[in-house]
Amino acid sequence: MSFLVTKKEIELKKKANEIRQSIIEMLYEAGSGHTAGSLGMADIFTLLYFHILKHNPKNPNWVERDRLILSNGHICPALYATMAHSGYFPMEELKTLRKFGSRLQGHPHREFMPWIENSSGPLGSGISQAIGMAIADRIDKKEDDRTIYCLVSDGELNEGNSWEAIMLAGKLKLKNILVIVDRNNIQIDGDTEEVMPLEPLTEKWKSFNWYVEEVDGHDFQDINNAVVKSRSVYDKPSVIIAHTIPGKGVKDFEDDYIWHGKVPNKEEMKMALKELQKN
Amino acid sequence: MLNPKLKLNPKLFNEDVESSSSRKGFGIGLAKAGEKNKNVVALCADLTESTQMHIFAEKFPDRFIQIGVAEQNLVTVASGMSAMGKIPFCASYAVFSPGRNWEQIRTTITYNDRPVKIVGSHTGVTVGPDGGSHQALEDIALMRVLPNIDVISPCDAIEAKKATLALVGSGKPAYLRLAREKSPVITTEDTSFNIGKANLLWIPDIGIAEVGIIVTGDLTYEALLSAKRLEEKGTKTKVLNLSSIKPLDEEAIITLAKETKAIVTVENHQKIGGMGSAVSEVLAREYPTLMEFIGIDDTYGQSGTPKELIEHYGLGVMGITSAVERILGKKKGD
Repeated sequence: MSFLVTKKEIELKKKANEIRQSIIEMLYEAGSGHTAGSLGMADIFTLLYFHILKHNPKNPNWVERDRLILSNGHICPALYATMAHSGYFPMEELKTLRKFGSRLQGHPHREFMPWIENSSGPLGSGISQAIGMAIADRIDKKEDDRTIYCLVSDGELNEGNSWEAIMLAGKLKLKNILVIVDRNNIQIDGDTEEVMPLEPLTEKWKSFNWYVEEVDGHDFQDINNAVVKSRSVYDKPSVIIAHTIPGKGVKDFEDDYIWHGKVPNKEEMKMALKELQKN
Repeated sequence: MLNPKLKLNPKLFNEDVESSSSRKGFGIGLAKAGEKNKNVVALCADLTESTQMHIFAEKFPDRFIQIGVAEQNLVTVASGMSAMGKIPFCASYAVFSPGRNWEQIRTTITYNDRPVKIVGSHTGVTVGPDGGSHQALEDIALMRVLPNIDVISPCDAIEAKKATLALVGSGKPAYLRLAREKSPVITTEDTSFNIGKANLLWIPDIGIAEVGIIVTGDLTYEALLSAKRLEEKGTKTKVLNLSSIKPLDEEAIITLAKETKAIVTVENHQKIGGMGSAVSEVLAREYPTLMEFIGIDDTYGQSGTPKELIEHYGLGVMGITSAVERILGKKKGD
C-alpha cells in the first residue's frame, strides 16, 4: 500500500480491462451468474490485488498476509478472475466456473478453493467475520501488522447482521479493519432507494463511530488515496463507500439492474469483448 | 444397578445427592479450558451470567467479547476469530443461538469449516417459568441436520465440564446443549467421557435386559430412577447415556437393540428430528426394532415449575415407566 504513480495507474487500468474480459468469458461459459456486480467491482479488485494487498500468490497461506473477506459472494467471478490474473491458479481454470467438480463454485466455497478466506453467498455476514479476524489480531497484538479488508454490497446493508457488526466494530474502535461498500445503487428487485432506502448512508456509518470516505469506485487514485488515508486513522474502524457503475466497461450492461443476475449470450459476449478490447 | 465400571456417583439415589446444572459445569470447564489453552476465547450475547460464561470473562477479560443482544453477530464474529487460530465458544440461550442464527452457523461455521463451539443454554421445558418462548425444543434437530458438526448433550454438570474441555481439542464445529435447571450429579470425575461414545449407566444385576432406555441431557436422572423402579418390580432394563448425538455411537445402539428388541428414547426436545429420530435412523437401517419415543409431541412448552412440566409432558418417571410397559406389551404381542 502506497501512493499510486501514473505509470502504475496505467498498468492497473490495463489489468482491470483484461480482468473484465475474463469475467465476460467465464460468465458466458458458465451460462449463469452475476454480471453487473462483477464488472462494477473489477477496478477495486484489481487495485487491491495488484497494489494494496500484502499477499503472495505463490504462497497463499503466508501467515502474515492481509485478509480479504468477500461478503457478497455472488460477485466471485471478479474475485476468481483477479486471483487467476495474480497467479493463484491457471487462467484456463476460469472456464470451469460453476461446473461440476470445479474449484470455482457458483458462490465461493473454501472446501473447493482453499486460498479464499471465507465461504460466502448468503448476505450480511462478511463484516462480522472480518471483525472477528480483527479482534483476534488485536488479542495477538498484531493490530499494526496487517489490515483486514472486507468487500460488501450496498444491498446487503438491508441485513440486520450487517448493522450488528457495524455497531460492534464502532464500540471496539477496531482500527485494523477496512470495509469497502460497493455502492452501485441496485439490488435484485430494483433501485436500492426504492427497495429499501439506505441514504443517508455516510451519516449512518458515521453515527456508528466509523471513519468514512466516499470515492469514485472506478478512479484508482481516488480509491487508493482513501485507503491510504483510512490506514492512518488509529481510533476507529474505516469504511470506503465506493460509488460504482454496475456493468462498468460495457455500455449496454451499465446501470441496468436486469444484469444483476443475468449473463451475456454469444452475441452479447462478442460485443462486450470487442468493446473492452478497444480500450 | 448402576454400572460399576463407570464409577458413577454412589449417592445418586440418596436424598442428599448433590445437584448442579450442566450450564454450571460448562462455566467451570470453560474457565479451565482458558487456563490450559490461550487460544480459547469466549463470546456472549448479553447472557454472561445465565450461561455461566462470567467465570471465564472475569478470569480472562482480554479474551472475552461482549457482543450484545445480537446472536447473528455472535456466531459470525466467532467464525472470523477461528479463521485466525482462535477456539471460540459462543454462548446464549438455545432458542436464540442456534435458533435465530441457524443460517449464519451453516454458512460461516459448518460450510466454512471453522471450529467454533456453539453453546446453547436453557434447553427443554425444564427452563420452567419463562415459558414456551424460551424453552428450546428444536435445537438438536437444527444442529444435527448440519454436516460437519458434533452435537453434544451432557447428562450432568460434570459431564458438561468434560465435554467443554474435550471440544477445545476436537478441531471442528460443535454444538453443546445445556440445561438451566439443577439436576442430580450422576457421573464423577472418574467416569469416562469421549465424543462419539455412549455409556451404559444402568445394567441388570444379572441376566439380559428386556428393554433398552436411551436418554440424553437433563432427563438422564429420570431415566435412571425409572430403571430403578422397574427393577424393583422385576423388569430388567439398561440405560444408555447418549450424550454424543453426533457423532452417534451406532455400535452401542445396535448392541442394545439386539439384546432387548425394544428401545425407549428419552429427551427434553421435540420427538421430531431429535435424539430418538437419530436412533431410529440407525435401527431402521441396521436392526429394525420396536421403539417408544419420550419427548415433546409436536407442541410448545409453557410456564410452570420444571417438575410440573416434566410431569405434564410425560418426560419423567411416570411417562418413562409406562412407555417401558407399553413396549413390553407390544414385544410380547409379537
